[in-house]
Amino acid sequence: MKAPPFRYHAPRSIPEAIELLNTLDNARVLGGGQSLMPMLNLRLAAPDHLIDLGNISELRGIVETDDAIAIGAMTTQRELEKSTVVHRACALLSQAVAHVGHQQTRNRGTIGGSLCHFDPSAELPVAVSALDATLTIAGPTGDRTLPFSEFPIGLMTTALGEDEILTRIEIAKRDAKTGAAFLEFSRRPADFAIVSVAVELALDEDDRVRHTAVAVGGLDYAPIRLRAAEDMLTGQHLSADLFESASKAADDLDCEGDALYPAEYRRDLCRVLLRRALQKATLVS
Amino acid sequence: MQEFDSNKQFGTSWIGRNTPRVEDKRLLCGSGKFLDDIALPDTLEAAFLRSSVAHGIIRAIDVESARAVVGVHAILTFQDIRPLLTTDRIPQATPATGIRYDVDPPVLAHREVCYVGEPIAVVIADTRRIAEDAVAAIVLSIDPLPAVVDPVLGLEPASPPARLDCPDNLVAATRIDYGDVDQAFACAAHCIVEKFRISKGGGHSMETRGVLARYDAVDDRLTVWDSSQMPHRARAILVAALGLRENQVRVVAPDVGGGFGPKAVFHPEELAIPAAAMLLNRPVKWVEDRFESFTATVGERDQEWAMEAAFDADGRLLGIRARLRHDHGAATPYGIALPFNAATNLIGPYVLPAYRIAIELCLTNMTPAAPTRGAGRPQGTYVMERLLDRMADRIGLPRDEIRRRNLIPPERMPYAIPVKQRDGSTMTYDSGNYPESQRIALAAAAWAEFPPRQAAALREGRYIGLGLANYVEGTGRGPFESASISIGPSGNVMVTTGATAQGQGVKTMLAQIVADVLGLQPETIDVVAGDTSAIPLGLGAYASRQTVTAGNAAFAAARLVANKAKAAAAEMLEASAADLELRDGMVAIQGVPGLGKSLAEIARSLAGVPGFALPGGLTPGLAAATDYLAPSLCYTNGTHVVEVEVDPYTGGVTLQRYIVVHDCGRMINPMMVEGQVLGGVVHGIGATLLEWMRYDDQGQPLAVTYADYLLPTSDVVPRIEIFHMESPTPLNPLGVKGAAEGGTIGAPAAIVSAIEDALRPLGVQIRDIPLTPSIIRAATRSAMRERGLA
Repeated sequence: MKAPPFRYHAPRSIPEAIELLNTLDNARVLGGGQSLMPMLNLRLAAPDHLIDLGNISELRGIVETDDAIAIGAMTTQRELEKSTVVHRACALLSQAVAHVGHQQTRNRGTIGGSLCHFDPSAELPVAVSALDATLTIAGPTGDRTLPFSEFPIGLMTTALGEDEILTRIEIAKRDAKTGAAFLEFSRRPADFAIVSVAVELALDEDDRVRHTAVAVGGLDYAPIRLRAAEDMLTGQHLSADLFESASKAADDLDCEGDALYPAEYRRDLCRVLLRRALQKATLVS
Repeated sequence: MQEFDSNKQFGTSWIGRNTPRVEDKRLLCGSGKFLDDIALPDTLEAAFLRSSVAHGIIRAIDVESARAVVGVHAILTFQDIRPLLTTDRIPQATPATGIRYDVDPPVLAHREVCYVGEPIAVVIADTRRIAEDAVAAIVLSIDPLPAVVDPVLGLEPASPPARLDCPDNLVAATRIDYGDVDQAFACAAHCIVEKFRISKGGGHSMETRGVLARYDAVDDRLTVWDSSQMPHRARAILVAALGLRENQVRVVAPDVGGGFGPKAVFHPEELAIPAAAMLLNRPVKWVEDRFESFTATVGERDQEWAMEAAFDADGRLLGIRARLRHDHGAATPYGIALPFNAATNLIGPYVLPAYRIAIELCLTNMTPAAPTRGAGRPQGTYVMERLLDRMADRIGLPRDEIRRRNLIPPERMPYAIPVKQRDGSTMTYDSGNYPESQRIALAAAAWAEFPPRQAAALREGRYIGLGLANYVEGTGRGPFESASISIGPSGNVMVTTGATAQGQGVKTMLAQIVADVLGLQPETIDVVAGDTSAIPLGLGAYASRQTVTAGNAAFAAARLVANKAKAAAAEMLEASAADLELRDGMVAIQGVPGLGKSLAEIARSLAGVPGFALPGGLTPGLAAATDYLAPSLCYTNGTHVVEVEVDPYTGGVTLQRYIVVHDCGRMINPMMVEGQVLGGVVHGIGATLLEWMRYDDQGQPLAVTYADYLLPTSDVVPRIEIFHMESPTPLNPLGVKGAAEGGTIGAPAAIVSAIEDALRPLGVQIRDIPLTPSIIRAATRSAMRERGLA
């Protein structure tokens, strides 16, 4: 199929992009195009205007500060994957991004595009949820920041306003003792996950869990933070039994299933992957 | 394994050699000409309005606002095209035993729509994009009718009809019945009763279908470029449908990027586009998009097999009685061969003394079903192999041993089975050594050493398994194929054939055979395939047939040319023809290199000089044309052994190792045979574990993109190790059999056998395919619960 007609815009700055968004009717922002372009060709999306963010250099790149890393929204998944800064300071994100599509799609796909498209089975929202990232959003009245937990609104819908652009994702740096594991189950290695699990575990001097984060994807429209599992783990010594009980937190989750992957199967996968992810994160920490 | 020295029986030993493909330079350098590469001036592009419901009555089609879209030249419905046609339906029925209704589809649906994707109108515009804009602007009103979406429910008396023009949904019923089946069950020591539901998918060629048509009003001729496996059949249907003469219609299959079955079927677009070109007097092109490929291109789908198998106390088969219900979709554009192939191939390489199967074909409101690679045979093989595994488990025999006890021994070749094929011949296995095939495969897989390895893995919590399947494949279906060879005065050698090429290496295969006989280099031979103006008769690509049929036709034609060249050279050299040989483009006296005549010189002398006699009183021209008549099918066979690891907690399956023993008789080019086997296995992996053309209960397709319809990617396909046997068939001079489908036929049975073996500690049994991880996990979960493991 061929895309319906649209007008293409290539702004060079964030204010220029915001201005276009503000003045044009039925406009869509184009990131790396790995979801939007197929949707256009399938005529599932029919914007009158496409605003390509690819020429705005300030939206690209990874900046490391003393206590955080700031990732431009148009940074490609491949750049994230290869970044030594991300690998050292935010191992969970490194692991997660390797599961996103193929190398060829990661060369084009961006972190901001993935978060804003907000596919329920996408990997990056799950990792970003576990990482408690802070989003910077530019709009006509300037920038605002938003914790990621307030970003999801509904199925493939986010808190991003019609005239706003996600510009930056900020993540607190992790120390070398924080174990991380991102596991998923998919039919083929490069497919969207049926279920994915992101886990971080950090221990204190007594080998008790000082910090943990558990997020799962594929069960609902947005990643779910498994607070019950986190509470169960925090302050405890690690053990197989603890992991077993923590992973049972998945049993109580609401889940949307379908004919191929029923809710019961997804919850089951979640429990299995969570147990394995906790074990894997422990080996790292 | 039998060894051959081609030199002893054939010319200069091109046959049997891994020569590089003559096609590759063009294709790899981007010089291929596929359908969409053909650019004619003034070409318009087409898009189809298709039914969005599975069954309904068209109440109204309002094209006014669509017609107003800038760049639209025409919007054609059935009424616009009908004046060009001889009949309301596309005249394409093929003779078939047991068919009750020949359901030829119309060129465009005009009253009733019978599946999602059925074409209703065609928009002709400056570009495909504009045509799609206009399609979206057509206002279509359809009153929905109940849809038939299941071949079992669809055959029940209470089922609604899938088509209002057929009194019921039983579109065909046939049976195989030989031996005393009831007596077999009366004597049986053991009986297995099982039911299998098998869904197989589409062909999914890299290049979708496509048609480009040009009508030349001056010559009153129609040229149709068609990404087709059977251009001669397409021409015959166009001639009949449009009421034209053969010399007015030329169909050309250009480079074709894969066929796998569906492109052997004539689809409505192949008539609608030429008709549009005639009505508009402009070239019109249509290239199918992927959504259309999923919904409007034929493929295979569901079968339900209800089986009873009788065995004696030693695990020998006594008889099978069965009922096969088959989803045939909304029309019968390609007869009913698919389920019949499935039912006959069930017999496989085994002694089956008595067999009765009732085959019922159900019309449904889904895309018409027609063969894709394997053409029903993988399903039949799957069922037989599952029955053998069940019986082995029941009586505690190893899976290889129960097969050994049932395999047809080589000394019984040729082995006749009292089943009539559709050419009227008795189903007869011509050659092969089935026990040896299994032996080689088991040895290669270290089958005997596997149990300790499996036990050790299980102690680590890993579930690994080894699976086994034997199969046969009827190949080389007739009735004939054509080939002609002509050597021009320039020395250029041209081979023309009715065979068609979709990437298999057909041109290389023919060039090797002709080069072998004529003493030439294969790359110097031009092969023309797929053009109805190049050769009057031809059939094309189906049923793994072209090396058997076109190969032997080219072989015979080459021998005629060789003999004529020798006769002419004998006259010219004043030598005896018996002392001559063909080598390096020369006909020379044996043992006296350099003393001879080049083929070009001979061709020049046979082309005639005004007023002079032809040499030796020979007929003009250094050329010959032959048709090879296939006496009956010749049977390729093989064995697959596959190792898997199953994660019982996720249902994930990883293929670790894949071994194929393959016997297609003499091989012309082993490298190309391996390409066929490898690709076939990959199709079989997809059919077993990934691909699934699902529909909901309203007949809406649920997998219309490659995000939902999963094809095997390189990262899920293991290394495939191929071992060859060569049992030449006595049925044709080359001793060749087909090789295109065996890879697919054995795969589902072997993979599922391996998965069951891996999950043996849990006692999981698998019946239905394709298998998804959630299906496997549901089985392991209940098995673990029964055993108190989870």
